[in-house]
Amino acid sequence: MHWLLDPLQFDFIVRALVAAVIVGIVCSVLGTYVVLRGMAFFGDALAHTVLPGIAIAYLIGWPLALGALVFGLLTALGIGVLTEQANLKEDTAIGVIFAGLFALGVALLSTSNNYTVDLAHFLFGNLLGVSKGDLWVIGLLGAIVLATLFLFYKELLVISFDQVLAVTLRLPSRFLRYLLLILIAVTVVTALQVVGIALMLAMFVTPAATASLLTRRLPNMMLVSALIGSFSGVAGLYASYYLNIASGAAVVLVASIIFILVFLFAPGQGFIWRHKNKTINR
Amino acid sequence: MFPLGYQDTDHKPGTPTLELKHVTVAYSAIGSSFAQDVHYALKDVSFKAEIGEQIAIIGPNGAGKSSLLKLITGIIKPESGQILMFGQPPSQHNCIAYVPQRNQIDWSFPVTVEDVVMMGRTRQIGFFRRARPLDKDVVKASLKRVGALELAKKQIGELSGGQQQRVFIARALALETHLLLLDEPLSGLDLPSQEAIFEILASLRQDGVTVLMATHDLNLAAERFDKVLLVNKRIIAFGKPEEVLTTENLLAAYGGKAQNSQMAVSA
Repeated sequence: MHWLLDPLQFDFIVRALVAAVIVGIVCSVLGTYVVLRGMAFFGDALAHTVLPGIAIAYLIGWPLALGALVFGLLTALGIGVLTEQANLKEDTAIGVIFAGLFALGVALLSTSNNYTVDLAHFLFGNLLGVSKGDLWVIGLLGAIVLATLFLFYKELLVISFDQVLAVTLRLPSRFLRYLLLILIAVTVVTALQVVGIALMLAMFVTPAATASLLTRRLPNMMLVSALIGSFSGVAGLYASYYLNIASGAAVVLVASIIFILVFLFAPGQGFIWRHKNKTINR
Repeated sequence: MFPLGYQDTDHKPGTPTLELKHVTVAYSAIGSSFAQDVHYALKDVSFKAEIGEQIAIIGPNGAGKSSLLKLITGIIKPESGQILMFGQPPSQHNCIAYVPQRNQIDWSFPVTVEDVVMMGRTRQIGFFRRARPLDKDVVKASLKRVGALELAKKQIGELSGGQQQRVFIARALALETHLLLLDEPLSGLDLPSQEAIFEILASLRQDGVTVLMATHDLNLAAERFDKVLLVNKRIIAFGKPEEVLTTENLLAAYGGKAQNSQMAVSA
């Protein structure tokens, strides 16, 4: 058991573990909606568009999370408005905003002396650099996201499953759609330090996709997704400690390996199971 | 239907369940790009559906049957004209229920039969609240009424086509519908499954639920419905089946573009 406890003598590792678990849970629970509603591209775009916010906050010495939050919320609203216009296809509109703002972020950061190191931190996370203050921000924003998902559970389920039902029930569909975009933006901010911008999409999609292969009801899917997400955070951090690999990448790799295993071996829905049954039925 | 004291907007006495007055729907409203020769998905549509009436909507493919149903739900907006439900705009009512075509639903979605029917209760439960015992009773009663109680715990992808339709009708019952819209619910179903759906619809008459069903099947439209609405972009005929399903009317609706334009000229 030494190998489990050894790393915990360092405070920065304990903080990193707590952050990884919180982010693993929040990303994976929200990720169930990202997967079910086919919003993966939204998630990736929102993750990338916070970069200029981070860059500005960094250059003028404000908290990075604040800059990211402001830009994340603005682009969530911007994407929402753009996709309501019929004259541009949704993914085209998102692509334009996504690439443009990301380029702005890179351009701003390139004015700093420490350009490559900083950019790498923002792109791939800096899990071992999580401070106490960061932890508070991550915990608070994570709690807000989970509480909102809980409060609007019924309504979000309806708009995700059947939009016509949402209209005939006269639910505020537009508000709920924007709410999801805003929640994704807020979650992006919490996950910045753990996996970084470039790998964020994996935290939204991979645990939830894995859970969808194992469960048949949304609450169970959320629970399993959260377990996989938080386990990936912890296991990834240990892998990073002992194998000396980048922490964000390690977290995502663990989640990906779990997905592959489940995809192959899941009872009932797994690749091998179906293949085996097919040959037996023949 | 269930004595629950749930508040929909008051229904003005003496008004029909549904009334359309000169309603026109542009192609752009339904997201279609075939805008060159015909500009309207539906043009100048007027008809009334009285309380408890069961009406079949028939017409060729692309005639606007689905558009008409979606128009009534409110998901597509008319370009001009007026829609009234019990004398008021439909946006003030949440007692419309829509049973979608089966290919419009993601059957792998992680919800059980029970979950789907409970969705119909969303409004009655209200924001920030959880299902009460009452709601669970209504879900059970609704499932029982369509003969699907034993399916409650199944994931929706595990159902047969007929069962899927019955579950969506149960959802309509759970939301205490007064206007049930069904889009091609019978296509692909075997005869016993079709019969099961007609039995449920027959039982809705006593509750005063008005039913509009888009269908391809002219025989069923003639035999099982009070009225038939024959459409092809506009209303060709509306009334009792024997009045509507005449050779002349059917030629006008189905006979191809030549007859169509002749009819338009002589009209």
